[in-house]
Amino acid sequence: MASIDSGGGDSGHKKGPGVKKAKKLSTRVDMTPMVDLGFLLITFFIFTATMSSPAAMQLFMPKDTDKKEELNKAKESGALTVLLGKGNQVYYYEGQLAPDASNFKTSSFDPETGIRSVIMRKKKTVADVEDMVVVIKPNEEATYKNTVDMLDEMTINKVKRFALVDITPQENELVLVTQQAGGIK
Amino acid sequence: MPSVKIPRKSTDTDMTPFVDIAFLILSFFIMATKFKPPAPVEITTPNSVSTDKLPENDAIMVELDKEGRVFFTMMATGTEGAEAKRSVIENLNKTRNLGLTDAEMKNFINNVGIGVPFAQLKSFLAMPAEQQKGVRQPGIPVRDSANNELYYWVRDAYAAFAGKKINYLIKGDNASVYPDFKRVLEAFTKNDIYKFQLVTTPEEAPVGSELYRERTTGGGKPAAN
Repeated sequence: MASIDSGGGDSGHKKGPGVKKAKKLSTRVDMTPMVDLGFLLITFFIFTATMSSPAAMQLFMPKDTDKKEELNKAKESGALTVLLGKGNQVYYYEGQLAPDASNFKTSSFDPETGIRSVIMRKKKTVADVEDMVVVIKPNEEATYKNTVDMLDEMTINKVKRFALVDITPQENELVLVTQQAGGIK
Repeated sequence: MPSVKIPRKSTDTDMTPFVDIAFLILSFFIMATKFKPPAPVEITTPNSVSTDKLPENDAIMVELDKEGRVFFTMMATGTEGAEAKRSVIENLNKTRNLGLTDAEMKNFINNVGIGVPFAQLKSFLAMPAEQQKGVRQPGIPVRDSANNELYYWVRDAYAAFAGKKINYLIKGDNASVYPDFKRVLEAFTKNDIYKFQLVTTPEEAPVGSELYRERTTGGGKPAAN
């Protein structure tokens, strides 16, 4: 390996008496300790490296208000309400919730058939894209991850108007019933 | 019989290129490494397609772990940051009658994250920093909306940074539940703060989505949030 090759080479030819020969020193240096240290440092830095730095996601919350007239009105045709429950389940309905809950549907976070396709379809069918409003209502058992995923869907699908709102007891009841029927734990 | 002489080959290999590369990698890692700031708890953040950079200074970070424990961190450096922290703890000391000593307040300034109720703050800050790391902090109480202690932390921090633009970071764990997140938000909205930044792990925009199309066609416009 990379070792010194010192010594030797000075016992060569004889030049005769009185001629002093300078000792020839090898210029090769043993690099092994240096390499050892180098790799030690590499290992250390690889382990401590934080490669992907976190990103910030903007979230704007509405001002709390009790006054009815200050609340933003949403057109029924453009409204899509998304309810989040446990077990990564998504429920949604368009417009107003029908009294018999006939428009209450179940979806998921599946990239192909999940809530994204619902949002995309809604965006296409709605008469005026400006009227489209997505209302996100996580219930007590929804995870933070699902909430953020849902907010992320808004960015992905470029939905400009959306709100994070508390679930109503009636909606929560529907979610719980559907969960029980579907056997979701 | 004439013996066949096998020429002896040297076992020495030239390691120079190898070493060159090794040190190249080493210098890369040295440059690219940014040390993780010490965090009070381990948190796995959710993914998002957001690409905004996380602000590192003049920010208030609230962490929420999977058990619902809440931690409060003031991200401020330099003498200004230390002053802001000092004014926060002095104010809290006065308004909440914590009875902190000077040394304990100094301990807060050097501290990273707080995750204890006000009642335990004195005994927590009395510990040396090394010992604090080993203590399991119960988190700042937020569940009781009448006594949402995070509200006071946010209020005083907001006052301490007065006049400056500060960022409010919320770093939640994947497994934490929505009600806890909501209560953290409440602590801010009660202080009339409505703009947040959620700490997330970046991911690519899903193929086929509108955002993906925009990003691939290179509209040059950053994704609107």
